[in-house]
Amino acid sequence: MLPQVDPMLPTLYQIEKVTKETEDTFTLALNPAQTDGLPPFQPGQFNMLYIYGVGEVPISISGDPAIPRTLVHTTRAVGTVTRAMKQLKKDQQIGIRGPYGSHWPVTEAIGDDIVLVAGGIGLAPLRPALYQVLAMRERFGKVVLLYGTRTPEDILFKKELENWRKRFDLEVYVTVDRATGNWYGNVGVVPSLIPKAPFDPHQTTAMICGPEVMMRFTVHALQNRGMATQNIYVSMERNMKCAIGLCGHCQLGPTFICKDGPVYRFDVIERLFDKREL
Amino acid sequence: MEDLKKYIAEHPFFENMIPEYLDTIVGCASNVRFNAGDFLFREGQTANQFFLIRHGKVTLEIYVPSRGPFIIETAEAGDVLGWSWLFPPYRWHFDARVQELTRAIAMDATCLREKKEADPALGYNLMQRFARVMEQRLQATRLQLADVYGNPVAHSR
Repeated sequence: MLPQVDPMLPTLYQIEKVTKETEDTFTLALNPAQTDGLPPFQPGQFNMLYIYGVGEVPISISGDPAIPRTLVHTTRAVGTVTRAMKQLKKDQQIGIRGPYGSHWPVTEAIGDDIVLVAGGIGLAPLRPALYQVLAMRERFGKVVLLYGTRTPEDILFKKELENWRKRFDLEVYVTVDRATGNWYGNVGVVPSLIPKAPFDPHQTTAMICGPEVMMRFTVHALQNRGMATQNIYVSMERNMKCAIGLCGHCQLGPTFICKDGPVYRFDVIERLFDKREL
Repeated sequence: MEDLKKYIAEHPFFENMIPEYLDTIVGCASNVRFNAGDFLFREGQTANQFFLIRHGKVTLEIYVPSRGPFIIETAEAGDVLGWSWLFPPYRWHFDARVQELTRAIAMDATCLREKKEADPALGYNLMQRFARVMEQRLQATRLQLADVYGNPVAHSR
């Protein structure tokens, strides 16, 4: 009989690199401290990252699923744990549990056009999906990334975005909510990019990640283009604690976001999406 | 003139406009081109035109003393720019600066105002089109004001 693994027991990981993305956002690249790391992940899944003596937080995986040994997490320093995490240095160790949750339907979308719509730090959980799409690019139709942030200074993964824009097989549109005169890109909200984005609404899978208000407006814009809700996927965020569907902190109506989400097909979550207090 | 009519008919703002109306408004239209750094209009000037952008990029800006221009929105191919010509006192409220070579159809406001007063059905059709653009811009502005990417204090971890 195999020994039972405690699902709350973290695996030790060592920090390989800390990258400052914006003023308050950073990326950690981590490798297993011992031989075995966590099982491979799917795009859109998250891990629980634990700083000893401080606390544990759920953070989406922002790295390449084809390189599962190195875990990459991008997050914003907004609370006690993530602020402590921002101070970590190379070779320090943290505990990680995971991967958890549902994933973006990349393989299910083969044959479709792909539209990824990211708002703010929502680009991080979508990046693994884009890596996976680009790894088998010839199996999709048009691939479009629409990305909106608050200001030009808040743009994540700038160099990578520039490289993506250079590709002939990927359409990248970036917009910011506000800017001063030295910005030469778009100014406007990300849903406003949808009417002109080059995709066939009847043969497209859309994946959206960002603040819920932004996702709501984005879904409306996609529906106005003629997209069916069963081809739209959103990633929900709630206060996840145990990550295994036991504690109920992340319960949203009848679903637990840590277990049934964070990625939902929109028609499944639609009736809960507009509820103000759940 | 036929080219102009074709451009107007193909522009998303005038999508599905009936040929009689197109024949009427084309007389108010002219082809224009602007270089980077030019202004389509400036705050306080008389609003005597609006623009159907065909190519290029224009920023709608407000100048903040000691801070410089603050960009509110960008307009690109397929967008329409300017509605201050619709209502007295017909003054622009913002600057429209050209970011890159821009080609557009300029619609003469005095000419159009006369035509829509003479033909209320045409006037109603135009107002419906502008009302839709205004509604979209208002929604976008409200979303910008909501500052949805701001610090998520409620769920700080």
